[in-house]
Amino acid sequence: MDFSFSDEQTLLQDSIEKFIQNDYAFDARQRVVREEQGFSSDNWRTFAELGWLGVPFPEADGGFGGTAIESMIMSEQFGKGLVVEPFLATVVLAGGALKIGGSASQKEKYLAGVMDGSLQGALAYAEPQGRFNLADLTTTASPEGDGYVINGYKAVVMNGPSADFLVVSCRTGGGQRDADGVSLFVLPADTEGVARRDYPTVDAFRASEVTLENVRVGSDALIGEEGKGLAILEQVVDEAILAVGAEAVGCMEVLYKTTVEYCKTREQFGQPIGKFQVLQHRMVDMFMEHEQAKSLMYMAAMRLDEGYGPEAQKAVSAFKVQVGKSGRFVGQNAVQLHGGMGMTEELNVGHYFKRLTMIDTLFGNVDFHLKRFGSL
Amino acid sequence: MDMRFTEDDLAFQAEVRSFIDRHWPADVRLARATVPAHGLDRPAEEQAWFDALVARGWSVPNWPLEHGGTDWTPTQRFIWDRETVRAETPQMSVFGVTMLGPILCRWGSVDQQEKFLPPIREARVQWCQGYSEPGAGSDLASLKTTARLDGDHYTVDGEKTWTSGAHVADWMFCLARTSSTNKPQEGISFLLIDMRSPGVEVHPIEILGGQHSVNSVRLDGVRVPVAHRVGEENQGWTYAKALLSHERTGVARVATSGVQLNRVREIAEGQEPSTDGLWQDAGFQRRYRELEIELIGLEMLELRILADLEAGQVPGPESSILKIKGTEIGQRINELMVEALGYYALPYPDELLIDNEGPVGHDHALAALKGWLFSRAWSIYGGSNEVQKNIIARRALGL
Repeated sequence: MDFSFSDEQTLLQDSIEKFIQNDYAFDARQRVVREEQGFSSDNWRTFAELGWLGVPFPEADGGFGGTAIESMIMSEQFGKGLVVEPFLATVVLAGGALKIGGSASQKEKYLAGVMDGSLQGALAYAEPQGRFNLADLTTTASPEGDGYVINGYKAVVMNGPSADFLVVSCRTGGGQRDADGVSLFVLPADTEGVARRDYPTVDAFRASEVTLENVRVGSDALIGEEGKGLAILEQVVDEAILAVGAEAVGCMEVLYKTTVEYCKTREQFGQPIGKFQVLQHRMVDMFMEHEQAKSLMYMAAMRLDEGYGPEAQKAVSAFKVQVGKSGRFVGQNAVQLHGGMGMTEELNVGHYFKRLTMIDTLFGNVDFHLKRFGSL
Repeated sequence: MDMRFTEDDLAFQAEVRSFIDRHWPADVRLARATVPAHGLDRPAEEQAWFDALVARGWSVPNWPLEHGGTDWTPTQRFIWDRETVRAETPQMSVFGVTMLGPILCRWGSVDQQEKFLPPIREARVQWCQGYSEPGAGSDLASLKTTARLDGDHYTVDGEKTWTSGAHVADWMFCLARTSSTNKPQEGISFLLIDMRSPGVEVHPIEILGGQHSVNSVRLDGVRVPVAHRVGEENQGWTYAKALLSHERTGVARVATSGVQLNRVREIAEGQEPSTDGLWQDAGFQRRYRELEIELIGLEMLELRILADLEAGQVPGPESSILKIKGTEIGQRINELMVEALGYYALPYPDELLIDNEGPVGHDHALAALKGWLFSRAWSIYGGSNEVQKNIIARRALGL
């Protein structure tokens, strides 16, 4: 039993931490957010140059062969900096689907570009009626010639506006919510028939509603086997939950520490408000919530590394439940203890609060994962 | 990062399990599980377990080897604790083995070690802890019991309270004031008092949960030989404080809570008042799963701290969370168990335990009720959870 990081893992953590300290202070981040595309291409190039974009991919595919632990380490640091560059969408989600199920030629065509920073991706999996059920699909892909024609609508596609390629979940068979008959396709985002409506999200990311109308793709666009895409999708999403949950753990750490520092200096009634026991105990509760989430994060990462299956899924859902609950508690109380200042856009606190709250919704909220945890 | 035990640890775990199977077999386990947990009686099968521990040299694993302990690693000790709790074996007296033993091993004189350690190790003696007083609970350092030096004896006067097991104890380790000139913490001495000494009077305090387990103890001119003072005069607070930090992981009650959560499930699955069993009830499921997840988180925290200890590091401030979270989760599990009993959360026929007729309702009902009532004490004793939060605020957050 060993909870320490290897030297390489520590180096990775340090390099991202340093980047955030030097180049991603809150005001710099806010300038990035206001840019047209919602993130900085310069930063993205830096990520590529430092090798971060290749960390999760196997060495055989040109990556660094990182495990779930590396993914966790990186995401936790990104969370501390509220990084909006689309690591999750491009590398973990779209790249992840190809990593798990992609053919050699698909990997060659897309993964190389993901790793060198030249290609952005997005995973279009959610649909308006489906809530968090990955199998609930009305988008269809019907065979035509030696390929498929895709018709349907995809909701809140993260990084949709910048994506060069899309991974789309479609129904190729079965009923609307059947586990069988789900297929994944990878296609260039400018394929004819793909239309987007772009918008910012409340936590300063960018997303799109995507309409697919008679989109024709070749059979080489199919990821893995026809009708067997749900297994790939579930694994991608579980790996993404680890990443986004680790982000949340990073957010929580910043928030409880920032709140403690603020309460030490903010004076009311002739003394620092941190002297009041009611506030001290609230901050202790925030500290404990962060630790509890962190413990379950380690659990989820280690279970994923032991092999993907029900044990890993259960650990991931447990982690997501804790992240949802802890994230709300820490986020809301950080705003509360900062008083009026916590309500301002000027202070970073509210931005962490927004991200934490949105993370609860991403890939299924507390209620959803409590049920999933119980069913596994 | 890897949460798996090493091959050696797994082999040790197997050895422990087979030892338990041999000396605390399943039928004994089952019979004892329906009896409330805090009984201070010692039936024959419990004595047999203690005898087996002594014979195997495993009765005081937390002591140094030269005093009859073991050289187990922190992980081995963790495995031992977890397996014995899961099998619901009787536990050696916490007062003698966990609290006093390590203090005597470190600060006791050779005479004291020779006289007091073997009976504890062999489970032949009962100790109780004389710390709390009517006016000194969370603020223990304000204690008023005095020990006046008179030749080669102290004369001890005062009152101790909440003294668990005083009515069956042979000895008490006791904090008493030997000086009041400096800070309150600096005038306290650590004394070992024979409970049969003239002037010792034990009065039972009935508490929720019903067992006679705690007492108030009057000390009226009790003579204590100077030879029964541990360490230096006025340094008792230091020893007592070190004692409090001896056990870091046990306080989380993770294994106990796991056993109890399983019991909640057994009870819920057995309740079929209609076609919708309680186990299938969405509201119940939700609360059960929430507890299950929180318990996993706590267990991971415990393992994180264990890994620190294993690496020879002092655990960080997160270890203070264990007591708070552990007791809160435990209390909620007990609460859920009582709710799962439905109407059979009402009958409380204590006397049936004595005439062997068995409990009313579910097999575990009475134990569950008593356990639930007593569980309210968990967040009070050993430094109330509010005091624990003060400690975290100061040490971990610098407030």
